[in-house]
Amino acid sequence: MKNIIFAITLLLVAPLLNADMNIFACEPEWAAVADEIGGDHVKTSSATNALQDPHYIQARPSLISKLRRADLLVCSGAQLEIGWLPMLLRKGNNPAIKPGSTGYLEASQYVKRLDVALSSDRSQGDVHPQGNPHIQTNPHNILLVAQAMAERMAQLDADNAESYRQGLESFRQRWTTAIQGWENRAAGLKGKRVIAHHRSWVYLEAWLGLEEVATLEPVPGIPPTAGHLGDLLDRFGDSGAADFIIRAPFQSEKASLWLAERTGIPAVMLPLTVGGTEQATDLFKFFDDIIHRLLSPEGHSKN
Amino acid sequence: MPVIEAMTDGPKTIFMEKVMRFLIPGIIWACLMSTAPPLLAQQQTEIDILRSELAEMRADYEARIALLEQRLDEAEKKAGEQTASSDEQTVQTVAQSTPWQPEPSTSQVRGDGNSAFNPAIGVIFQGQAWAYENDPEDYQIPGFPLGGHVHRPEEGFSLGEIEINISANVDDKFTAWLTAPIVIEEGETGIEVEEAWVETMTLPAGLSLRMGRFYSSIGYLNDKHQHAWDFADNPLVYQAFLGNHYNDDGLQARWLAPTDFYLELGAEITRGDQYPAGGAGNSGFGSYTLHALTGGDVGTSHSWQAGLSYLQAEVEDRESGGGHDHDHDHEEEHDNGPVVFSGDTDLLIAEFVWKWSPNGNWRQRNFVIQAEYMWRNEDGSYTLPESGSLPYDTDQQGWYLQAVYQPFPRWRFGARYDRLSSDYPGDAFIDTPLMPAQNNPRRYSIMADWSNSEFSRLRLQYMLDKAGIEDDNQVGLQYIFSIGAHGAHSF
Repeated sequence: MKNIIFAITLLLVAPLLNADMNIFACEPEWAAVADEIGGDHVKTSSATNALQDPHYIQARPSLISKLRRADLLVCSGAQLEIGWLPMLLRKGNNPAIKPGSTGYLEASQYVKRLDVALSSDRSQGDVHPQGNPHIQTNPHNILLVAQAMAERMAQLDADNAESYRQGLESFRQRWTTAIQGWENRAAGLKGKRVIAHHRSWVYLEAWLGLEEVATLEPVPGIPPTAGHLGDLLDRFGDSGAADFIIRAPFQSEKASLWLAERTGIPAVMLPLTVGGTEQATDLFKFFDDIIHRLLSPEGHSKN
Repeated sequence: MPVIEAMTDGPKTIFMEKVMRFLIPGIIWACLMSTAPPLLAQQQTEIDILRSELAEMRADYEARIALLEQRLDEAEKKAGEQTASSDEQTVQTVAQSTPWQPEPSTSQVRGDGNSAFNPAIGVIFQGQAWAYENDPEDYQIPGFPLGGHVHRPEEGFSLGEIEINISANVDDKFTAWLTAPIVIEEGETGIEVEEAWVETMTLPAGLSLRMGRFYSSIGYLNDKHQHAWDFADNPLVYQAFLGNHYNDDGLQARWLAPTDFYLELGAEITRGDQYPAGGAGNSGFGSYTLHALTGGDVGTSHSWQAGLSYLQAEVEDRESGGGHDHDHDHEEEHDNGPVVFSGDTDLLIAEFVWKWSPNGNWRQRNFVIQAEYMWRNEDGSYTLPESGSLPYDTDQQGWYLQAVYQPFPRWRFGARYDRLSSDYPGDAFIDTPLMPAQNNPRRYSIMADWSNSEFSRLRLQYMLDKAGIEDDNQVGLQYIFSIGAHGAHSF
């Protein structure tokens, strides 16, 4: 009997003995940034994976228990997670990551947001009044969030503050070099016209100078309808009216392929975050893969 | 007249533009012509006056425009100096760029300070149309007198609950939630309080405390609001044992274990005034509950939750059954009025739910299967309209199994099986509502619903109800629409 009690206590207490900082990220890109900065001192987890639409996931038990033990929470914010994060926070009983506290980091607060809606009316679809939350498709944004993250990590875990600063510096050097490479490679993409499944790519388009000429969704959040696709066919039926039809891995390929077939515009699946494609295994390869796919779209319509 | 065709304008817009180009000059011309004849005589001097006024105005506006242009130039210069990444972060080499100055998040800026702290408000509109074979007002399940919030929608069109939800943080330690539906029942309109609670946000060690009126956390469906149900109504076990849902006034404590696997333990002490409790026994601390929940993931596509919960109440004069019709004249044949229970009630619930969605991409495709088993013992006495008070100590059980499948976005299809069973209550209860039927009550339900967005839903449901005195075929159409803030749904 004594042994059983001891074993149960150990089981319950063991997670508390772990000295690593627990970072709970809502999306995989922030978990990846936390890993870059924190290295061995942090244990990261992501609530969503690259094959899920992060707007709509289940506030399930495994996430509640992960959130309970988090020291720092990093989410894109701008109401991207409004369908599930508040429930996790309420059930997670974790005062350290309460919104507004040091342990709560809303990534989109640290970048200039695009698409800030002038009116929040749902007849316009699923609009985000605070701006487009998919900030991770511009590498400059990722660096800004990394800076904010490193500061918070240093605040919360003063013992390892120096190591976090070094981690940030190392990341910054490698990242800015990589950005230069991407911008050089992508110089030829400037001005290309893009049809996107959903407005998930506005920061990428702003960064590379792409022009979004239409979305497959009639309004944000409503799946592509036959009527709307028909309109798009009329507009883009002449070849040369657009250069790409892009979508994320979790967005249904049917609409993209349908339009691509009838207009001759190449359909490309792009990763929306780390892990979105086989090639996008980390932050660097994530952007490598995006640019590679835009430069050579053939063969990437389905995966 | 050339028609300017914009790339982004559909045919409708082009037509409207054409119309406007003819219409507006036409209207102006018509107005001018209609006023022309009587004024010819006076026009000469008036024209001169108007001309000079116009000239003055023009000079004034030109001066203003020049000033504005100058200010705009200055502002643009300033903006250019401050932010090197300029507008829209265009392609640039690393050497030239300087990092963005972080901007604070644009919170909803409201007019005056008083509205800045307005809570989140949402309203949910519900309505339905039902067709029954038997009169829904006569519905009863032999052996299981129904009480609490159970009432079938009327035949034909009827308005459902209009649910008003208001929530906000109180201060740095507490958050509050109100669900106050406007309910129309038997022609009477009233506002009820379903939930009005305050919860702590900053207790240590994984604890939280909730006080006020709340849905008890026993069972899987008990704390889900009606608009979040997968069917238009709740399973029979909820109708028979919990009066649709048990909500009462009191205190709830929850503890979340600091483990890798999800483990939540909770306890509640409540007044004991609502069905299945009643009468606020034990001086107003009439009922308590316990629950334990666990769950986890299997890979990225499956997640599950299982739980066990228990409710115990000291009941005083709890009314149930009897139907809602007041001029029902079968009372001479059976004891068909309301029955009143006093005694102890014990309820045990086991719940299990399994959810599947390829890669967890919920919106695209998903499947949910869930089941709950309930066991109840009521030990006390029932007072019947004609037979007086009779001792009653009986076990009853029931369960349901439900599956809902979403094969593609917006469409869901569900099937559900309900079953109840009761031990024999004793000969004294022959010909009373407490006597169960020979065949165990059961019911088959299927539904299909279409959701344009996560804020609107239309549902068609059919039920073959073999739980009542007579078999009944029931078909219903239901709508659920929500505006304003919408709380996140639990698992």
